[in-house]
Amino acid sequence: MTQTVSRPVGAHEPLPLDVEAIRADFPILTRTVRDGKRLVYLDSGATSQKPRSVLDAERWFYENVNAAPHRGAHALAEEATGAYEAARATIGGFIGAPDREIVFTRNTTEAINLVAYALSNAATAKEEEFRTYAVGQGDEIVVTEMEHHANLVPWQQLCERTGATLRWLGLTDDGRLDLSDLATVVNERTKLVAVTQQSNILGTINPLGEIVARAREVGALVLVDGAQSVPHQPVDVTELGADFLVFSGHKMLGPTGVGVLWGRYEVLDKLPPFLTGGSMIEVVRMEGSTFAAPPQRFEAGVPMTAQVIGLAAAVEYLQGLGMDTVQAHEEAITGYALQKLAEIPGVTVVGPPDTVARGGAVSFTVEGIHPHDVGQVLDDHGIAVRVGHHCAWPVVRRYGVPATTRATFYVHTGYDDIDALADGIRAAQKFFGTA
Amino acid sequence: MQLESMYQEIILDHYKNPHGRGLREPFEAEVHHVNPTCGDEVTLRLHLEGDTVADVSYEGMGCSISQASISAMYDLVLGKSVTEALATGEDFMTLMQAKGDPTVAEKLEDTLEDAVAFAGVSKYPARIKCALMSWMALKDASARALATTNPGGTP
Repeated sequence: MTQTVSRPVGAHEPLPLDVEAIRADFPILTRTVRDGKRLVYLDSGATSQKPRSVLDAERWFYENVNAAPHRGAHALAEEATGAYEAARATIGGFIGAPDREIVFTRNTTEAINLVAYALSNAATAKEEEFRTYAVGQGDEIVVTEMEHHANLVPWQQLCERTGATLRWLGLTDDGRLDLSDLATVVNERTKLVAVTQQSNILGTINPLGEIVARAREVGALVLVDGAQSVPHQPVDVTELGADFLVFSGHKMLGPTGVGVLWGRYEVLDKLPPFLTGGSMIEVVRMEGSTFAAPPQRFEAGVPMTAQVIGLAAAVEYLQGLGMDTVQAHEEAITGYALQKLAEIPGVTVVGPPDTVARGGAVSFTVEGIHPHDVGQVLDDHGIAVRVGHHCAWPVVRRYGVPATTRATFYVHTGYDDIDALADGIRAAQKFFGTA
Repeated sequence: MQLESMYQEIILDHYKNPHGRGLREPFEAEVHHVNPTCGDEVTLRLHLEGDTVADVSYEGMGCSISQASISAMYDLVLGKSVTEALATGEDFMTLMQAKGDPTVAEKLEDTLEDAVAFAGVSKYPARIKCALMSWMALKDASARALATTNPGGTP
């Protein structure tokens, strides 16, 4: 599973997934762009496309069941509650978690903010047990230089609100976490370590075991950003050993507007709420209120019910393919892409150069052509990639480039997509006269 | 290929051989503008002699559109009054909002000179802000320079 994939040109090994059959499940992949070009979608890392079963699940809910869950006692309300909670169990099962540890949020960003605000709200909570994880002056929060802004800015803000100090683990030249100072950066003052499982820009898969073990030694909480890992590899919270795992539905074939916070129950139980209002309460009086147990404590207001049901359909679609197979497929595609890019003079991959501990986010620069201009030529060929700093500005700064072009892969990505990418890069070099 | 409509030869020439590039003295205002979605950056200095734009000097990094736009702007505003330079900026803004309408470009051809070549960019909403960054920086620098040279008054 971890060897570099290489094979002679023109002699492709069959991919683990039947790409043609999968493409037929995605209505959007039949459309064309820019004067009739086939859509080559290499931007799943930003947001994934949706199979018909996900769209059908949302439509089914609105056409047959629609009601606000956990309110009312009419037939639709009961059915909506049942469908919503069944979806919670399905999504929990996908990551090996009991449903009472699954909190629905808007996306990964909101899930991280939920934890960050709960930790600062803890300092002023009137209930003593809610002060268990309070963060304040003298405490430290640890992140890494590899984080998406969503797993960096909320912690900067938490530190500004509470007087705590933000520290971080740096990066090595080959795109990996520099753990040489792990023992000093994560220390007795550390309250929480927030780290990504898979980098959205470098593709690196991080050695979480070592980081979790160190955090356990010093009694720090661990939050894992799974936005780029949960959609692409098997993730089991029991094996992970962390306290929180966060991910977004829209990056794993599901709808926008739904994300997940998984939290170890005994930790969730001692956190004060973030957003307050309807359905997260226990008793409300004019003088004050008490709060429901998790997960309801963190789900204020009528939830994104149809989207949760759509996400459960996405999970079932992925389970049907098998996450081991999804990972093997992307590894084969990533190996092929790294090989094709290495064949183009002037192209430099920013991130690990082989498929060892690496996912399918491939960032690169093309000598003499700004990433925006590369992206524009690719777009003209019908190829959708991401250009810019990918919401990880410190990473591009670390590697001394203003921005990168990034291709990301998923279950419908085939060799033909990678060949189109390579041809498109060569066309950009020709257009701008650099090769 | 629709690419040529955006990447006019004039634009690529400005990108490869930028006019007026480099930071120079003297100057009354220096501004730093970034395009937060993509990381394009420009540092721009403005030197006024009375009401006249005597120099615009700059350093920047970014895509061909953003960098060529600064170079074309340099040619356009040098020697103009601040009021005229900002009016030209308004014309450029109008061009960027034209969604590729050729009649808009025709009307602005005399005032925008080389910069009318950016008309094709207006068909690509994601790139318009690249072309506008330099003009936004100039507007900002003008306001600051006038506040320095003409405190309490209007030009």
